[in-house]
Amino acid sequence: MHIRILRYDPDRDAKPYWKDYEVALEPSDRMLLDALVRVKAMDDSFAFRRSCREGVCGSDAMNINGRNGLACITRLADLKGTVELRPLPGLPVIRDLIVDMTQFFHQYHSVRPYLINDDPPPERERLQAPAEREALDGLYECILCACCSTSCPSFWWNPDKFVGPAGLLQAYRFLADSRDQATGERLDDLEDPYRLFRCHSIMNCVDACPKGLNPTRAIGKIKELMVKRSV
Amino acid sequence: MVNRVVVGAHYGLRGWLVQRMSAVVMTVYALVFAAAFAAARPADHAAWKALFAPGWMRFATLLFFASLFLHAWVGMRDILMDYVKPAGLRLALEVLVILALVGCAGWAVQILWRT
Repeated sequence: MHIRILRYDPDRDAKPYWKDYEVALEPSDRMLLDALVRVKAMDDSFAFRRSCREGVCGSDAMNINGRNGLACITRLADLKGTVELRPLPGLPVIRDLIVDMTQFFHQYHSVRPYLINDDPPPERERLQAPAEREALDGLYECILCACCSTSCPSFWWNPDKFVGPAGLLQAYRFLADSRDQATGERLDDLEDPYRLFRCHSIMNCVDACPKGLNPTRAIGKIKELMVKRSV
Repeated sequence: MVNRVVVGAHYGLRGWLVQRMSAVVMTVYALVFAAAFAAARPADHAAWKALFAPGWMRFATLLFFASLFLHAWVGMRDILMDYVKPAGLRLALEVLVILALVGCAGWAVQILWRT
């Protein structure tokens, strides 16, 4: 199997360069991550992140043949010919496929991704009706791999001001939560020409999400709430 | 001064709504105009003038242009916000865009109600 990787070590290289690897696969190798582990065995200077190796931790997000995805759940059988790997676009490269996600997590934290409820906590738990719990489906599953935000041109251009699809999906996850009491403040925080409204609904995020989530729909729901409160 | 990232201007929703609503108005007008055009099939200047003679047609056309200019304002502001970073220059260009669009709106009124 032929893999081309965009390598870059800012300490040593003047600019990124392509390096080709011919990987001999074993029958047990199923996912792209298995092939990357073999590349690492051949060339230990190659750097990438991985942890759970089953699409739960979101560490091995990368640009695979021009599309963002997780190496651990990308089937080798679905990859034809030479596979080109780049780091996630739009974020500073630390080394090879490892990017600096500070900006991404800064935006995630900015939406206050936690339950805000000032009532005294009950003895056991804050109850929800089954329908209220269902409203969170398709929102809570996000693993923060950054595949969506780094495929979004609005996030590439304004990463300091635009929250990005991952952050906005989480913003809606708490707006949609029946136990949360900060709806007004959350909407205030997003009613800004940059933070939410830089989204122009091009849906790259939906295309990229390895978990099949739909940030564009969540963003639409936030806009719906804002319209509802102002008319 | 500390170089802060300043966000929180509370007009995001307004701009977005204006863009959507003006798009709806323009779509409806495009359909109405296409129908009026197909019915009249103006071939010369007099026929074109007759097409815009009814009061409702002038009013609908004015609404269309008003929507067009509002739509253009939101779009132009977005472009300037993305590509012009110095705040003073951006403000100056935004004022120029507003003046140009208001001028165009006045001109549209003049053309529509010219006898």
